[in-house]
Amino acid sequence: MELKFPIYLDNNATTPMDPRVLEAMIPYFTEKFGNAASRNHPFGWVAEEAVDYAREQVAALINADPKEIIFTSGATEADNLAIKGVYEMYQSKGNHIITTVTEHKAVLDTCKHLEKLGAEITYLPVQEDGLIDLAQLEKAMTPKTILVAIMYGNNEVGVIQPVKEISAITRKHGALFFTDATQAVGKIPVDVMADGIDLMAFSGHKMYGPKGVGALYVRRKNPRVKVTSQMDGGGHERGMRSGTLNVPSIVGFGKACELCMNEMESEAKRLSAMRDRLESSLLKLEEAYVNGNRQHRLPHVANISFKYVEGEGLMMGFNKEIAVSSGSACTSASLEPSYVLKALGLGDDLAHSSLRFGLGRFTTDEQIDYTIKAVSNTVLKLREMSPLWEMFKEGIDLNKIEWAHH
Amino acid sequence: MAYSEKVIDHYSNPKNVGTLDKSKQNVGTGLVGAPECGDVMRLQIEVDEASGLIKDAKFKTFGCGSAIASSSLATEWLKGKTVDQALTIDNMDIVEELHLPPVKIHCSVLAEDAIKAAINDYRVKNGLPELVEQKAH
Repeated sequence: MELKFPIYLDNNATTPMDPRVLEAMIPYFTEKFGNAASRNHPFGWVAEEAVDYAREQVAALINADPKEIIFTSGATEADNLAIKGVYEMYQSKGNHIITTVTEHKAVLDTCKHLEKLGAEITYLPVQEDGLIDLAQLEKAMTPKTILVAIMYGNNEVGVIQPVKEISAITRKHGALFFTDATQAVGKIPVDVMADGIDLMAFSGHKMYGPKGVGALYVRRKNPRVKVTSQMDGGGHERGMRSGTLNVPSIVGFGKACELCMNEMESEAKRLSAMRDRLESSLLKLEEAYVNGNRQHRLPHVANISFKYVEGEGLMMGFNKEIAVSSGSACTSASLEPSYVLKALGLGDDLAHSSLRFGLGRFTTDEQIDYTIKAVSNTVLKLREMSPLWEMFKEGIDLNKIEWAHH
Repeated sequence: MAYSEKVIDHYSNPKNVGTLDKSKQNVGTGLVGAPECGDVMRLQIEVDEASGLIKDAKFKTFGCGSAIASSSLATEWLKGKTVDQALTIDNMDIVEELHLPPVKIHCSVLAEDAIKAAINDYRVKNGLPELVEQKAH
């Protein structure tokens, strides 16, 4: 098969929409345009029926009841609704929330916001492999703890947290467990019953669905969980999220969930085989390191640091042909390297040198072959012009040099 | 963010990558930046003692494409200049030549620092006082 450029290996940022999803959505933009809340005419009934069906498709993927699905504009909104909504609803019980330092900004910044309103937040550190220490979680629980917010799979390194063990600890202490599962749902089996999840955020566009739609799972039984709405209005979504339902996107989200449910198992096998091949080939380069636990990891993610080469400079060697992302500061507005990689204990130098590969449904073996060659060649070329590589090869300890910090 | 053609050209075909013998009396070496900041530049000049002209300049850079391009351009500009002329190279000249966006101005500052550091090293080796003039940033 002929290679088409550019090759997309940034599926953790977003995924292309599956054509089958688009096909399902199209009628709902035009002839089936009704408002799902219009109860008194066929236009509304058709839209409502489509939303109900999508709700079943979404619920089935995570083993939930359709009534437990609250549609939102995406995972960020679902994160906000879960954390702020629980904080407001359970204020009489306590004000303590436990989360981790490697959460997505949508969780971390929501927690910081609540801190200003009087919440007490514990930010658990992670171990070198990105996993939390369960004993530390247990120790952090207090009678005032109302919520534990820990992500399912990490967006930068792909590490999967021990969700079952976390929910058991949370439950024992009478708190609720919320997980941002944006990167995990549709990629690996996520079962809210077996995993003991009380609230869970996820998003359409990370699983070959449309952007601008996501969901919050809110448990209805054992225990019955309630969140205070953060968007006031017509009382949609059982009063938890007002706003006219985005029917075409919800239909697409439902279809995307159905496809993932049917294809996830074989897809995960295919992707992890390709990922492992990519990874083992790139690790043949000297001084290349995988970031994050390699056993407890999403099947489609590889995060690798190529020491003595800077990430943005590295991407420039092939960014017209291959789309990946880097933990380098230069790729962000903040000029700080990835806080996730730093939380894993990586020095700034290694964090600056990282690339994240996110494989997806449409990744091919030929694309992986090309990527292995292009990345390897660029690493070698840039090392030839890296003063740090030269010093390393001369046996100079870079930590002993007094660098002029800016 | 798209790179300018000149940055891409210097990145793809960097001029004067390499190492000069830093033990030589007429070679000045400047090493600036820090690995934790994501940029390290090493710039070297070799001065022709008879004419006082910079006869060779080499660099090695760990950093983004703009940092590599800034140092590559700096070495090109240094060759054939006297040490005093080299001191007049301003980071904004590099910004203009490479069309660097605001977030990349620090790359040009680093290149100017590298030039000054190399010249200082050369001056100290040759019994001249170190120049104190360094841009604050």
